Amino acid sequence: MSVREDILTAIREHHPPPRELPEVPDFHRATDNSLSDLFSRALARLDGKTVAEPPTDLQMWLTETFPDAGRICSAVPELEGTVTPAEFSDWAAPADVDVTVVRTPLGVAETGSVLVTEKELEVNTIVVLAQHLVVLLDPADLVENIHDAYHHPSFQQAAYAALLSGPSGSADIGGKTVHPAQGVTTLTVILSPRPASEAIPEGATR
Amino acid sequence: MKPIDQARNALAFLEDDTHEHAFDQLIWGLRERRDAAAREVPEWEQLRTLASEIKEHTLSNLARYLELFEARAKRNGVQVHWARDAHEHNQIVYDILSSHNVEWLVKSKSMLTEECDTRAFLGQRGIEVAETDLGERIQQLDDEPPSHIVGPAFQKTPQDVADLFHRVYGSDPNRPDPVYLAQVMREQTRPLILDAQAGMTGANFAVAETGAVVTVTNEGNADLSANVPKLLICSVGIEKVIPGVEQLAVFIRLLTRSATGERITQYTSHFAAPRMGGEMHIVLVDNGRSQRLADERFWPSLKCIRCGACMNTCPVYRRSGGLSYGSTYMGPIGIITMPSVDIHRHSELPYASTINGSCSNVCPVQINIHEQIYEWREVMGAKGEFSATKKAAMKVADKLLSNPRAYRVAAEAGGSALGVLPRFAIYNRLNAWGRRREIPSPAEETFHQWYARNRTGAAQPPETPAETTEAKAVDDERA
Ligand code: SF4
Repeated sequence: MSVREDILTAIREHHPPPRELPEVPDFHRATDNSLSDLFSRALARLDGKTVAEPPTDLQMWLTETFPDAGRICSAVPELEGTVTPAEFSDWAAPADVDVTVVRTPLGVAETGSVLVTEKELEVNTIVVLAQHLVVLLDPADLVENIHDAYHHPSFQQAAYAALLSGPSGSADIGGKTVHPAQGVTTLTVILSPRPASEAIPEGATR
Repeated sequence: MKPIDQARNALAFLEDDTHEHAFDQLIWGLRERRDAAAREVPEWEQLRTLASEIKEHTLSNLARYLELFEARAKRNGVQVHWARDAHEHNQIVYDILSSHNVEWLVKSKSMLTEECDTRAFLGQRGIEVAETDLGERIQQLDDEPPSHIVGPAFQKTPQDVADLFHRVYGSDPNRPDPVYLAQVMREQTRPLILDAQAGMTGANFAVAETGAVVTVTNEGNADLSANVPKLLICSVGIEKVIPGVEQLAVFIRLLTRSATGERITQYTSHFAAPRMGGEMHIVLVDNGRSQRLADERFWPSLKCIRCGACMNTCPVYRRSGGLSYGSTYMGPIGIITMPSVDIHRHSELPYASTINGSCSNVCPVQINIHEQIYEWREVMGAKGEFSATKKAAMKVADKLLSNPRAYRVAAEAGGSALGVLPRFAIYNRLNAWGRRREIPSPAEETFHQWYARNRTGAAQPPETPAETTEAKAVDDERA
């Protein structure tokens, strides 16, 4: 018998009595706050920043916010960086990127999370290896909670899907969270509607 | 091998005031933050019940869900392997690595690879593994196992880490500043990540519907370990599988809140298929789990999502330190997991508990931890696996559990009530972890107190100590 069969047989022989799979409600909550407010407050808990008013000139905002940044990786049409994801020869290469700018297809108000997948990134490491991460989020792409979030088609389709909820941190020394650990030093989310020309991502649930 | 003497180890830890105090503070802080996070979610108890029911459903159909998971993962282009035990797991990992001529790899935190002692296995065969989780790397550099399943290095003070990094990296020993120390680690570890020939991760969940392995980290190190190198190996315990993303949502909402009091971690990552141009392997590991599934008393321990809340709330754990258990899993979850791995070696662990029920009350998947601890004592008793010094404690627990009312008074620990019963249980001189100093009256709010504070109607709290029943009663009342 193969190891696989061996294990599965042992499990089949030992199953506890069958139980039903419960239904999971959506747990939506009535609130006076907008999803954007809830989102930015949740993101702040893990030291992520929200820019509520989208800057008229993204390029200028970037220069002012990150004056020392030399290498900018842009994965969005709104901004011309110094490098695009397609230009990286291997996935360790984005280590020298100062700022990565990417658009998320989904924001989660409950947790202040933004979703990224290989579709937005091309090279997944641009969101972890860069020093700073800037994410554009269309407020229309916000959902209330994690239950809603998992209805997004990316979780069925993507090879890599990450919910990012703050800059990389660690509380492993002395229990207090410090930044950065191995990932980005800062995370800034700009609430910025998609350009009219850009179609809403296929199958997005709204 | 001799049984681990948790009590003696705990005594040694208690001798050291600095560490004992710092550890207690840190761990208790986690417990308090967990309470605040739970209170913020009106449906908290409902989520716990759902989580428990989903896990029970999955475990009662585990073979089917594993087959579904495997089929989907294969469809995604992932190579799936099966391992009966730690050795088979390590051999599979080694074979994959050596067939790719890997001599050097980075790894994110995984309790399963601790359980399998994978690092040592690979090290003996010339493959070097660098941990990338800060806490786990600290423990690796100091050649120590984790002292906590969420924060492996929690038992070390910042000064310990400063000394360690000075020894290993030559950094400033006079800067016990976590920001500085994290920076040192970043500088030292990043080159290792960039040059790694392979990456390994564990799994918090394995989603049958999508074939994805889900990791939950603060640091982003799983994302780096998995994405930078072309070769990825994920080690997954067979009990980690869940049906689909709808169920995953329930666990994601509970896990971090229970662990640290935050709503989510910075990185919640789903790896379903190999990265472009890469190769992904998943090793499904049994290592005693299918055996445990067969035990009608102890199978619910397989519901565990490794949040650490039961440890954080446990007065014995907080005062003993995690290393005193001498086992992969420590605290209450360790007590109910380890004896099924090696009953003789872990025969004394079930006595490292006041059986106050606090662990069961905080457990996000409603494992009846304290009842299982009690049952393990009975098992040890029946097998003659208990030492005379522990008999007294056992008798007290016996009394407590056979009388729900007395038990509840004791568990609520309102000053004087605690003074009578558990005093005898905890502080009798045969009981080493209570010997050195008195445990302050537990500050946690038990379910009964919470109920009394929150109940809207005139219904009385039920008399049974079983938390699951009570939680349901409240939900019914609300509905
Ligand atoms: S037993 Fe429950 S509380 Fe303890 S680590 Fe597991 S899930 Fe968390």
